[in-house]
Amino acid sequence: MAERILKNISTRGLKNAVKGNEYRKEALISYGILIIGYIVLQLGASVGLIGKHLQGQFVPICVYVALAISLNLVVGISGELSLGHAGFMAVGAFTGIIVMRVLEPHLGIMPIRLIIALIFAAIMAAIAGFIIGVPILSLRGDYLAIVTLAFGEIVRNFMNVLYFALDENDHLKFAFNHTIDGITNDQRILTGAIGATGVTKAATFTGAMLLTAFTLFVVLNLKNSKQGRAIMAIRDNRIAGESIGLDVRKYKLMAFVVSAALAGMAGCMFGQNYSTLAPVKFNFNTSILILVFVVLGGIGNIWGGMIAAALLTILPEAFRQFADYRMLTYAIVLILVMIGTYNPTFKARINSVIDKIKPKKKKDSGKKNKKSKSGKEVA
Amino acid sequence: MGTVLTVKNINVYYGAIHAIKGISFDVNRGEIVTLIGANGAGKSTTLHTVSGLLRSKTGDIEFLGESISHTAAHKIVSMGISHVPEGRRIFQGMTVQENLEMGAFVTKQDRIPENLAYVYEQFPRLKERTSQIAGTLSGGEQQMLAMGRALMSDPELLMLDEPSMGLAPILVDQIFEIIQNLNKAGTTILLVEQNAQMALSVADRAYVIETGKISLSGTGEELARSDEVRKAYLGG
Ligand SMILES: Nc1ncnc2c1ncn2[C@@H]1O[C@H](COP(=O)(O)OP(=O)(O)OP(=O)(O)O)[C@@H](O)[C@H]1O
Ligand SMILES: [Mg+2]
Repeated sequence: MAERILKNISTRGLKNAVKGNEYRKEALISYGILIIGYIVLQLGASVGLIGKHLQGQFVPICVYVALAISLNLVVGISGELSLGHAGFMAVGAFTGIIVMRVLEPHLGIMPIRLIIALIFAAIMAAIAGFIIGVPILSLRGDYLAIVTLAFGEIVRNFMNVLYFALDENDHLKFAFNHTIDGITNDQRILTGAIGATGVTKAATFTGAMLLTAFTLFVVLNLKNSKQGRAIMAIRDNRIAGESIGLDVRKYKLMAFVVSAALAGMAGCMFGQNYSTLAPVKFNFNTSILILVFVVLGGIGNIWGGMIAAALLTILPEAFRQFADYRMLTYAIVLILVMIGTYNPTFKARINSVIDKIKPKKKKDSGKKNKKSKSGKEVA
Repeated sequence: MGTVLTVKNINVYYGAIHAIKGISFDVNRGEIVTLIGANGAGKSTTLHTVSGLLRSKTGDIEFLGESISHTAAHKIVSMGISHVPEGRRIFQGMTVQENLEMGAFVTKQDRIPENLAYVYEQFPRLKERTSQIAGTLSGGEQQMLAMGRALMSDPELLMLDEPSMGLAPILVDQIFEIIQNLNKAGTTILLVEQNAQMALSVADRAYVIETGKISLSGTGEELARSDEVRKAYLGG
């Protein structure tokens, strides 16, 4: 009897294969979007179809896509509302700017300097994520959202009173809440609310794209790992997760810290795209903007968030004359999405539309997808 | 026989609310022990304290001779206590099989096929539905899934919180039969129930909890015959 049952369990392998297929499909679409996006933008720029203004947005597009991916780790995969993502971005941006300036006299090769700066940015943002994550992750729902919101504001206000400079001997000077005396303007790195000045731009489109690919790689792999399944199980049912022996705080913290580190790296790249950068750039609006990408793309849907981030960064630039209405458009879209997700009749209508579109998609996607779909239909 | 679980004088608070007021009991290897009591008596709170999700201000909890009153909840699971919480906490979006696999999160990889086989043997209903999404299972099947998932971690002690809640009488009978089968197969069981009659009929020993204190204890039979229990919990 037991033997027969054991044999049946070879279906287990099949189940995992189906899971693997779903993962592969998600990875395929996400990486595909990146590669196609890269080629299209690169070609468009070289042919002259894309103007200078829009080209200036290439790095921010990559950065926002990376931020959307990393925030999805917390909001979508771990299921916690975080309203302070710009805070981690700021930590990464200013860490990166300082590291780049300190290394400049010693290390001539820009890409290597940038990589070191990115690593430092990730570490500092991860530390920030850990420090605020430990006390707040025992909070739930709205309370967590409020504390992350406060964190974002605290970081920004903290940056407002930070002063860094490099003196003539290349020594790093630091002051809190007052300006540094006896240095020239060129030697300033961070000047309180004015922020960073005289940044030698190190960000390139290709570099930013590689960073986005790295972010995607980390998040997709984490999502598909044993740890990722634990994180999602806790999201689905915290009490059940506890009852099967998952260390809830550990997994919540893992998602939060990884997300923070990735946001720090994105922030670092962002900071290397401008010659001046003020802390006000990382205010609450930016946190909300990233959240909007995630929500519009469908919470937990990684490539959905990527597309939303890219479109919502490109569109205002493409229609510059209407850019004044950007926040208005966001508000309207957000309200529509809320109606869409919480209004049952509206939701049913959307679902029926999606159902109508879906079968067509099935046909043109290959054999692999069919297999995983049919697996689902049995379920 | 050997004692599996010893709970000594625990006091548990929810903020200012004193929910458990000095409860002590023990569970021996191979037994079915049941805690019965009215709504809000503190039965679930007691189980939560044993599984480490709540902490007692006083006393001690020992599992297999080792104090676990300061052990993290996730470690207690891997030590061998599985808690099936009240209200069928399953992973709604996962399939039956995935739910069971999650249950083996703290289990050694090579034990999983064997445990899975055992669970499917005990719950044939689940075996027919391995790839069904758990949220679409009936209430009784969800309860079975929650129990099956708890068995995936090789528990020495299985704690069940109101497994019969909201089930039709036939299903209640089935669940209690399964509980007895699991017990015969070697799992020690701590059962919390509102359905005092059923619980007492399968239990070796029982404790009655009243507003955070143990008011009566004895064998299942003794309590089923006791006037106090009959008046308060068995309807006359
Ligand atoms: N999270 C909580 N916060 C505050 N008080 C709580 C909490 N959980 C339970 N209580 C209180 O503790 C007491 C014991 O509750 P408990 O859930 O242990 O009862 P129970 O015996 O399991 O009841 P039932 O049979 O209805 O499940 C009750 O008075 C309840 O109101
Ligand atoms: Mg209860």
